[in-house]
Amino acid sequence: MPATAASGARSGTPGERLRIENGRLIDPAQGLDGAYDLLIEDGVVAEVVAREERRPGRQAREPRERGESREARGAREPAVLDAAGLVVAPGLIDMHVHLREPGQEYKETVATGTMAAAAGGFTAVACMANTEPVNDNRSVTEHILSEARRHGYARVYPIGAVSKQLLGEELAEIGEMVRAGAVAVSDDGRPVMNAELMRRALLFAQHFDVPVIQHAEDLNLSGKGVMHEGEWSTRLGLAGIPGAAEDVMVARDLLLLEDTGGRYHVAHLSTARSLELVRRARRQGLPVTCEVTPHHLVLTDEEVARTVFSTQCKMKPPLRSERDRRALLAGLADGTVDVIASDHAPHHADEKDVEFDLAPFGILGLETTLGLCLDRLVRPGVISLSRLVELLSTGPARVLGLPGGTLRSGSPADVTLFDPEGEVTIAAAGFLSRSRNTPFDGWTLKGKPVATLVGGRRVELPRRAAG
Amino acid sequence: MPMATASPVRWTREDLLGIAELSPGEIELILDTAESFREVGERPIKKVPTLRGKTVVNLFFESSTRTRSSFEIAEKRLSADNLNFSASGSALSKGESLVDTALNLQAMAPDLIVIRHAHAGAPHLLAKKLKAGVINAGDGAHEHPTQALLDAYTIRRHKGRLAGLKVAIVGDIEHSRVVRSNIHLLTKMGARVTVAGPRTMMPPGIERLGVEVAYTLAEAVRGADVIMMLRIQLERQGRMSIPSIKEYFEIFGLTSARLAGAAEDVIIMHPGPMNRGVEIASEVADGPYSVILEQVTHGVSVRMAVLYLLSGVHEETA
Repeated sequence: MPATAASGARSGTPGERLRIENGRLIDPAQGLDGAYDLLIEDGVVAEVVAREERRPGRQAREPRERGESREARGAREPAVLDAAGLVVAPGLIDMHVHLREPGQEYKETVATGTMAAAAGGFTAVACMANTEPVNDNRSVTEHILSEARRHGYARVYPIGAVSKQLLGEELAEIGEMVRAGAVAVSDDGRPVMNAELMRRALLFAQHFDVPVIQHAEDLNLSGKGVMHEGEWSTRLGLAGIPGAAEDVMVARDLLLLEDTGGRYHVAHLSTARSLELVRRARRQGLPVTCEVTPHHLVLTDEEVARTVFSTQCKMKPPLRSERDRRALLAGLADGTVDVIASDHAPHHADEKDVEFDLAPFGILGLETTLGLCLDRLVRPGVISLSRLVELLSTGPARVLGLPGGTLRSGSPADVTLFDPEGEVTIAAAGFLSRSRNTPFDGWTLKGKPVATLVGGRRVELPRRAAG
Repeated sequence: MPMATASPVRWTREDLLGIAELSPGEIELILDTAESFREVGERPIKKVPTLRGKTVVNLFFESSTRTRSSFEIAEKRLSADNLNFSASGSALSKGESLVDTALNLQAMAPDLIVIRHAHAGAPHLLAKKLKAGVINAGDGAHEHPTQALLDAYTIRRHKGRLAGLKVAIVGDIEHSRVVRSNIHLLTKMGARVTVAGPRTMMPPGIERLGVEVAYTLAEAVRGADVIMMLRIQLERQGRMSIPSIKEYFEIFGLTSARLAGAAEDVIIMHPGPMNRGVEIASEVADGPYSVILEQVTHGVSVRMAVLYLLSGVHEETA
């Protein structure tokens, strides 16, 4: 992957050294989970150092002097970041966000979106192409990257469009965009409905070794639907989006993939049956990966009724049934799911403050994902902390072929520190995102991000979003 | 003033958004209150001063003749001041949002707002924003509570009860708000409900609402004490659900011959507007079992009861 793609927060200056100590370091790529200190030099990981066993019962808080004399090879003493009580993980990567820039800066910008990312514990995001103009050519890709270099609080990896103007008719200039820094292609927000175009995209993208990410939705089946089709859409009298709208698309694409090869990634997978299709294809050896969102893991279609038509529960794919939700949880645990991604989709409050049918699809995710996952997945024992780090960092780095996702020596020093026990009450009014559209406002969660480092530098955030 | 009711339930709600959230006691209270208003419509001077000084806004975002006229007459018979506001020629057609329209009305301090809207949940959005009481006069395919109440009132007048009756509802179940409100009301009151219609018009999970599902008219009609026919709108449902009116009528159209098997004293209902020769043959609509026009009459009493209970005057005078 081109190094220039990794833009955003600046890297450390030569000779700069930092030691993150006393934390619980988790790096699934190296199979590490335990008492390790992390030494960073010149913006890259220098070394992961095992700490000696401590006496049981004693808490991790230690005097800062410890260990400093041990480090002999550096010319200068390293700065120290005390991570006692915290998890030290490779920087989290959200591979599915909408930064809305260019074109819809009233919803979000590269600056505010990456601020939200950093506040949520993410050191990198991959942003979707449905901007205005569409990111379907290198000048838009370059524009996003230049905004990220100048105003970013996290690394930004643009995802280019599959088709020109997202129209699903002609292939976009994928090679040009990849050379400019795009890491994948997707028409997300819309599916690639035309099977022939999808076949061509899967073939052509192989020249540039990027995955094709599909928003799997058969538009004829989803029709005018605004929520999952089932008991609750029937009760509420809202038009339904059947699970089959996703399933038939995933099934179709997997058949195409069998012929084409290449890499295929299912965005925001939401149904039990799609997951089973991916599971079987994987077993068959097909190059398929998939992501799920926190909201599909935590909420179901019943939430639309519980909140009495709250438009904060309106997104695509829609919140599914409890059966689907349980299947996704099982998919996290058994390894079928590769990635948790938020599908951060900012919308202005005025756009959401309308009749359910008329509201745009989508909710925020960057500032709630980590807390939700810690509280609703790790705390009840659905998955381990290490598996969560894999889903939020190692997995997305692997799917997109990014340099991060591990704390192996020589990796970029992108690090996330979080407190798995820290309690936090979500307050949308205090989000750093420019938008406020979340169904989780007011939720109290155990588990919160504490700091991010990008290229060895701690990311400093403004207290509150401007405006 | 019609005050004496046998129901032990006190009315505490500020809005009537649906039947789903009502208790059987509350439903009975509305029906009993309607009973005491019925005779107002039979007087030579059809007016009582009950809601004098109260302002009611009728906010109709979807065309409606029957429901709107019924509410208007109910309001006038109760001496309320009313204001009619319809989508055509209103601010809504100029791009104002529902919330803004509502807040502007709110600034004029109405006591009650009656809303009809094509989108499910629109009355609920208003109720979250406004101090005025909100009455749902039909929201999308969600609920039409006063229709279900007037249907129940009509059934009760004929059968003396709701519990234990077999009620068949036939037609486009998926797109009908009348069905949903009726299912909630009738099942809460102990009636057995069977819904019937083409499989393409049957929403998933409908049986979870406590009803039986039938896919033939004969099965639905068998032993029915009440048959409710629903309007079929080809323009709304599109030709993916039924190929033609003719095909629909041949499978689900109610004719005299197809009434065989129903209870001897079956009553035939329709929320209107009827499509003669589409879902119901004229011989049935105008026949001896039909109570379709009575439904319209009772609609006024039921809406008077709802307006009265929600206006809070029963609390003020208590």
